[in-house]
Amino acid sequence: MQQRNLWTALSILALATTVACGGGGEGGGDAPAAAPAAPAFDPATAGNVSGMVMFDGELPAGEELMMNSDPVCAMSATNKTSDTFVGSDGHLGNVFVYVKEGLEGQRFPPASGNVELNQQGCRYTPHVMGIRVGQTLTITNSDPTLHNIHASPSANDEFNMGQPIQGMTFERTFDTAEVMVPFKCDVHGWMNAYIGVLDHPYFAITGTDGMFDLNALPPGDYVIEAWHESLGTQTQNVTVATGQTADVSFTFAQ
Amino acid sequence: MTWLHLYARFLCAATLLLIAAGGMVTSTGSGLSVPDWPNSYGYFMFSFPLSSMVGGIFYEHGHRLIASSVGVLTIGMTVWLWRVETRRWMRRLGVIALAAVILQGLLGGITVLYFLPTAVSVSHAGLAEIFFGLTVCLALFTSTGWRRSGAASTHDAVARDATDVTTAALATALPVVVYVQILVGATMRHTGAGLAIPDFPLVFGGIVPPAWTFPVTVHYLHRLGAGLTAMVVFTTAGRLAMRQRDRPDLLRPAVSLTLLVLIQIGLGGWTVLSGRAPVINTAHVATGALVLGTSLLLGLRVNRHRFPDARQADASPPHAAALTAKEVARGAAI
Repeated sequence: MQQRNLWTALSILALATTVACGGGGEGGGDAPAAAPAAPAFDPATAGNVSGMVMFDGELPAGEELMMNSDPVCAMSATNKTSDTFVGSDGHLGNVFVYVKEGLEGQRFPPASGNVELNQQGCRYTPHVMGIRVGQTLTITNSDPTLHNIHASPSANDEFNMGQPIQGMTFERTFDTAEVMVPFKCDVHGWMNAYIGVLDHPYFAITGTDGMFDLNALPPGDYVIEAWHESLGTQTQNVTVATGQTADVSFTFAQ
Repeated sequence: MTWLHLYARFLCAATLLLIAAGGMVTSTGSGLSVPDWPNSYGYFMFSFPLSSMVGGIFYEHGHRLIASSVGVLTIGMTVWLWRVETRRWMRRLGVIALAAVILQGLLGGITVLYFLPTAVSVSHAGLAEIFFGLTVCLALFTSTGWRRSGAASTHDAVARDATDVTTAALATALPVVVYVQILVGATMRHTGAGLAIPDFPLVFGGIVPPAWTFPVTVHYLHRLGAGLTAMVVFTTAGRLAMRQRDRPDLLRPAVSLTLLVLIQIGLGGWTVLSGRAPVINTAHVATGALVLGTSLLLGLRVNRHRFPDARQADASPPHAAALTAKEVARGAAI
């Protein structure tokens, strides 16, 4: 009799928790209507912006990532250095450079193809990237361990998905332009990435040589912003003329 | 000591462990490392592979497992009370504890599914302390000492509580003060304000913050609350030491409380100075629960004569009222 009462109580508890588990915070994900295909300007009049991002002083050493909390990561990871500060000879990599102002009201052809974010070696590849509004982001777990992908945007819908099995993928889109959307894996606290979501195609991520190019811009006056996860942002004004390449350089310091 | 009382003590200890496990989840930032609920990565909770309990999952899923165990223990406690307990209010207390632990589980799930909204996370932390307080009550009320002290409620040693109004008021207010302080701490913790004031014991090198943002304000309030709580604890303990020297059942928790508050303030400072080291931070959370539990114990013992079974005992057989103060004290000390 006592056992029956116990099971009855357990069943009530299970029912209560099942009822309460409905719903969730994983809303969003539907791609918005695609932007008009026709460019808003004559490509023959385009100009370019080219430049370099520098770091003033000695670039901080990459932090060593402690991966001991997951033996799979500790054994399989080939790179255990943080991606926050990368670069060489005074050049700064992993900087997101984009047109912040000057393209208002213009519409651009939708991006073709997916953008991929891979979890490999218990780190995100790439660490910094850009994507267009409505473009599909494909997230893959290439590791033989589980990850959760937790994006915490402020303008778009937050999401947190689990990928417990190697090879799993899922796709996501963003409805609103936002620089930057932080990604993290709460299982492996050292894993983070940043994605810039824009409604135009004029963005670039610097490599270790600090170089970037923003090509085929309509002629006009622009505000270019350079964003770094630790060093913050810098902006510069630039005028783009037909057939010309405007040079812009940024120098960050701690 | 009855088996039921032992079981209640075990539940109380398991709840403290659960609070510490929850503290580790927050302290390590692992709250969202298992994105689904009540399943874990699609697995039924108890079939999730142990080999996959890595990184933040170790803390989050571990917290869920301990929470489930505490839930089952609480069901057992409620059923047991319902079957053997003669005091109706005690049976109801068991049901309240069960309702609290179910609600607590739901809050835990909701906070995960909605990405740790502050209001839900703080409610989860606040209800955890209430549930812990309930388990302390269950352990105390099932003790032989509690029953004996009720049976001797007409004795001087107990009746004197009613005459020392100030001490009784302080001891009664103490759990409330501690609980409010814990809620402020939980708000600070779940809004990321734990390091909003980076130095200790000073505040930005002074006594008052030079600027008032929300994080600084809530952090500063928690420090002020610590001072207020310490004052109430020390005053209560001091009054009990002077006026209730023959009541070890009151003096013992009062002394414990004094030590715990000193340790707790030290841990709070250490948490700041260590940059919120997870173990130190969690020790601060767990000690906070101990302070609450001990203050509740003290408050209840001081107010023993107000309970229904104490009044019933007034009319109990002469042998009950004839207990010496020493016997009462020995019996009340669970």
